[in-house]
Amino acid sequence: MPLWTLYGLRQGKASTRWPASGNDGQSGTLGMPHFDPAKCQEGCRLCADACLPGAITVTDAAHGVRVAVDYGRCVACQMCVEVCPTDAFTASGDWAFGARRREDLVWIHAAASNDGESLKGQIHRVFGRSLHVRHVDAGSCNGCESELQALNNPFYNLHRLGVFFTASPRFADLLLVTGPVTHALRGPLLETYEAMPDPKFVMAVGTCAVSGGTNGGGYACGNGLDGVLPVDVYLPGCPPNPAAIIHALLMLLERAPQRVHGGRIGAGDDGA
Amino acid sequence: MTVPILETVARADLMLRCRSAVDAGARMQMAYAWFPDGPRNPEVRYVVHGGTREPLHVWRCRPGPQTMPSLAAVTPLLSWYEREITDLCGLQFEDQPQPDPLVLLPGATLSTPPLLPGVNATLSYAPAPSTLPEMGGATRDDVQSLPFGPVRADVLESAQFNFYYIGEAILHYHPQLFFKHRGMEKRFEGITPELGAVLAERVSGVGSVAHALAYCRALEAAAGCDVPPRAQWLRVLLAELERVYNHLHYLGHLCHTTTLKVGEAEGKYLEELAKQINCRAVGSRLLRGLVSPGGLRREPQLTGLAEELDKLRGEFARYAVMLEASTTHLDRLITTGVLSRKLAFDQGATGPIERASGLDRDLRRDQPYAAYPELPLKVAVREVGDAHARQQLRIAEVENSIELMQELLARLPGGTLSAQCLPPSGSEGLGWSESPRGSLYYAVHINDAGRLARVKIKSPSFSNWRVFPFTVHDSNMMDYAINEASFGLTIAGCDR
Repeated sequence: MPLWTLYGLRQGKASTRWPASGNDGQSGTLGMPHFDPAKCQEGCRLCADACLPGAITVTDAAHGVRVAVDYGRCVACQMCVEVCPTDAFTASGDWAFGARRREDLVWIHAAASNDGESLKGQIHRVFGRSLHVRHVDAGSCNGCESELQALNNPFYNLHRLGVFFTASPRFADLLLVTGPVTHALRGPLLETYEAMPDPKFVMAVGTCAVSGGTNGGGYACGNGLDGVLPVDVYLPGCPPNPAAIIHALLMLLERAPQRVHGGRIGAGDDGA
Repeated sequence: MTVPILETVARADLMLRCRSAVDAGARMQMAYAWFPDGPRNPEVRYVVHGGTREPLHVWRCRPGPQTMPSLAAVTPLLSWYEREITDLCGLQFEDQPQPDPLVLLPGATLSTPPLLPGVNATLSYAPAPSTLPEMGGATRDDVQSLPFGPVRADVLESAQFNFYYIGEAILHYHPQLFFKHRGMEKRFEGITPELGAVLAERVSGVGSVAHALAYCRALEAAAGCDVPPRAQWLRVLLAELERVYNHLHYLGHLCHTTTLKVGEAEGKYLEELAKQINCRAVGSRLLRGLVSPGGLRREPQLTGLAEELDKLRGEFARYAVMLEASTTHLDRLITTGVLSRKLAFDQGATGPIERASGLDRDLRRDQPYAAYPELPLKVAVREVGDAHARQQLRIAEVENSIELMQELLARLPGGTLSAQCLPPSGSEGLGWSESPRGSLYYAVHINDAGRLARVKIKSPSFSNWRVFPFTVHDSNMMDYAINEASFGLTIAGCDR
């Protein structure tokens, strides 16, 4: 009989201390591309044509062409970076894209630096030390589940931050939703929300849950959580990595600041 | 690479052809319908796999205004394909032994079959209590029914599992899948072949490489495009990295169900290390964004990869020895969820599931693609067909994959990464790959504008979910979770 206890002890501690200090485990990530409209070529719409989820749109306004970028629809596929002839889109390692307001994910020129509006004020006092999460897969590709399951591996060890997944919605404080919300799962999703006690919060995890992404719409799906449930934190990403999910959870608990404003990570901020 | 042989089969001959092919040891791999000449003239395609190493055959059959004969009585695995065609294409099959909808759940209303050309279908669900299928036999009041899901405990995919049981003994089990049906095949229609690769990666997240690869190979077959050698080799690297992190997850999850806590933690930790290796090499933990029609989009970061794989190999070897020596763990696996060789073949089991039941089939060797013919590929096979055989098989596959990648990195050829891939209008192609869960097929048809007209996806979990319930009937509740974990199924791939 092998001695698993001894084996475990010999392996030592595997958990990162991040975000307090240490390794976030995401080196090499290609995150949401940076956008610099000053470099845009007139009449060019290569990026918009290469953007499958429609995160990049080009409108012919009266004063010339305008490119709009909505990171709530971005799946970080890097196609815009590859087709852009002038480096208006460049690769970046930015992944901490949790936002309290949907509009914070849309690129605007003068990004407000204030931290959205404060949630309910009471959240840190009530839930700051411990949060119970009920996850509902509303039609994901299983990519988000793969990263959510990773949160409980020894490296991220989510329990150390006081956050737990719970089986029953009756014990849950937060409903964490992945997927674009298929018509078949809309009912079970709403029932789960109804079964949760007040006060309760909702987080849209992954670009599908935020906006539908590449998979939303069509005959079988909605376009994410907007119009289905009131969302407290949006976290786009395809899928968002475990560190991004941890950041968004801590942000909900007011234990970490929101990093993204006006569609980009604030100046002087390394994105982690 | 072998080229599939396309044949036209008359409706009247179909039954006989199918019967003689099956009698000769062939397996039907998939069936789908599409509409090359308008909604009134469907064409049904069957992909037939003869002897293991023989080329694939594709039969096409035009029923005209008639219905199709059901082949489910000849080869039962076709039943799911026929029911799906009825649901999504509106084509009826005569004498279908189980004529209920498959993809549409109870309470569904569909305005028009969504895969008809040029239609915008709407699907809606009336909030109706789900109805369970009737059980035959004598009425007994001690049979309990347990509908579990679609929202289940833990972080899991959505599906509803219906159990009928007496005490611990499961009499009957019916998984209600397709809650996650997103209409992915329809979403390919009308987009450019290049963007289709981004979408294919998002059909089943933990099979991103396998899906993109099968899709791109279908396009490359349509375009007659030759992928440069370096890209062929790197595609193998990506596919094997995907196999490794999937199998590591599988082993950790299996330990979770047998409550082997340190084994669970170690399996999931090794999975995390593998995903971090993926991220450093490719920029994506799920290995997305590299495979594209004609080759690869960019060069991966290979510095240090060989050393990292070496380290992972050493840690995995120690872990595997521990797993295979833990009697409390093995006690729960041995004789659990036995799948016989015959059942595995007849019902279409694929990948590690069929190989653990003694079927020596692997597309990497049998229908070779990418750089597999040039590499020392070992195909693991086990005979017993229980949960333990499935664990042993995955352990062997992890070891073989890492060995294969190390050989590959030592001999990786240089050169360009991509060739032009422009499938001509009206062309078509069939692509496949051996995903971590088994055989994956993409059939692609190009329209007159050079865009995608129809994409059919046959995912390995679609096959294995059909097989799985046969191993649950007559088993007991305590073993269910272990048996399910030992199959390593995804729902996203099955439901699409």
